[in-house]
Amino acid sequence: MVEINTHTEEDIQVIDVAGEIDASSSIELDNALNHASKNFKKILIDLGQLEYISSAGLGVFISYLEELKKEEVKLVIYGLQEQVSEVFEILGLQHLMNISGSKEEALTVLNEG
Amino acid sequence: MKDKLTISCSKTNLATIRAFVSDILISNDVQEIEAHKLVLAVDEICANLIIHSNKCNPSHKLEVQVDMSPHQLVTFIIKDQGIKFNLSAYSEPTMDEIVNSRRKGGVGLMLVKRIMDKIEFSTEKNYNICKLTKKLNK
Repeated sequence: MVEINTHTEEDIQVIDVAGEIDASSSIELDNALNHASKNFKKILIDLGQLEYISSAGLGVFISYLEELKKEEVKLVIYGLQEQVSEVFEILGLQHLMNISGSKEEALTVLNEG
Repeated sequence: MKDKLTISCSKTNLATIRAFVSDILISNDVQEIEAHKLVLAVDEICANLIIHSNKCNPSHKLEVQVDMSPHQLVTFIIKDQGIKFNLSAYSEPTMDEIVNSRRKGGVGLMLVKRIMDKIEFSTEKNYNICKLTKKLNK
């Protein structure tokens, strides 16, 4: 069961993700990212309350990487719990995505260059 | 603790499968981060079997068994009667290929291969059997 809340901070679409993302709930992350990528150039995703992610959720993130690059949309995720961070690292996603520890750090990455 | 779970092939049952596996691992003193990865491996296999082999048909059943043996060897046996998965025909895509294709699937088995020591698929009577093994470090 995942809970996704979105709000806007200045020109940034902020997406808060809590709970568990698996094959039954990844569609909700997909919907949120689809809306954000079409309407914003800066996306900030708070994964601090995310306790579990399977390949279905990782696959959603991966599927947007090319489009975000093409459309020059910057996406930063932050606050990953240790067990979630480990799953991103198994696939080496820390090399393909912007992953920050804190919101402050994430905002710096989002607003640079 | 009961070490076998039989459940219908619905994606919403993945959370129940995860809780079942997690409870057994934690009660056998498997470290939390390690247990989390093992739960993920089982979830990935079950999700594939539910979605691809059994087309999310809730009248089909999936059986998940957890064996904790001495010498820190953990074995998961997952049985179903859906369409057989052919591991030998599976060629692992590169991450670049997956990123470029913009598809949402393709990394599940990649995760399982990196987490577990061994993945075996076999057929016995009318059942497809997936066996995952991992030697734990203590």
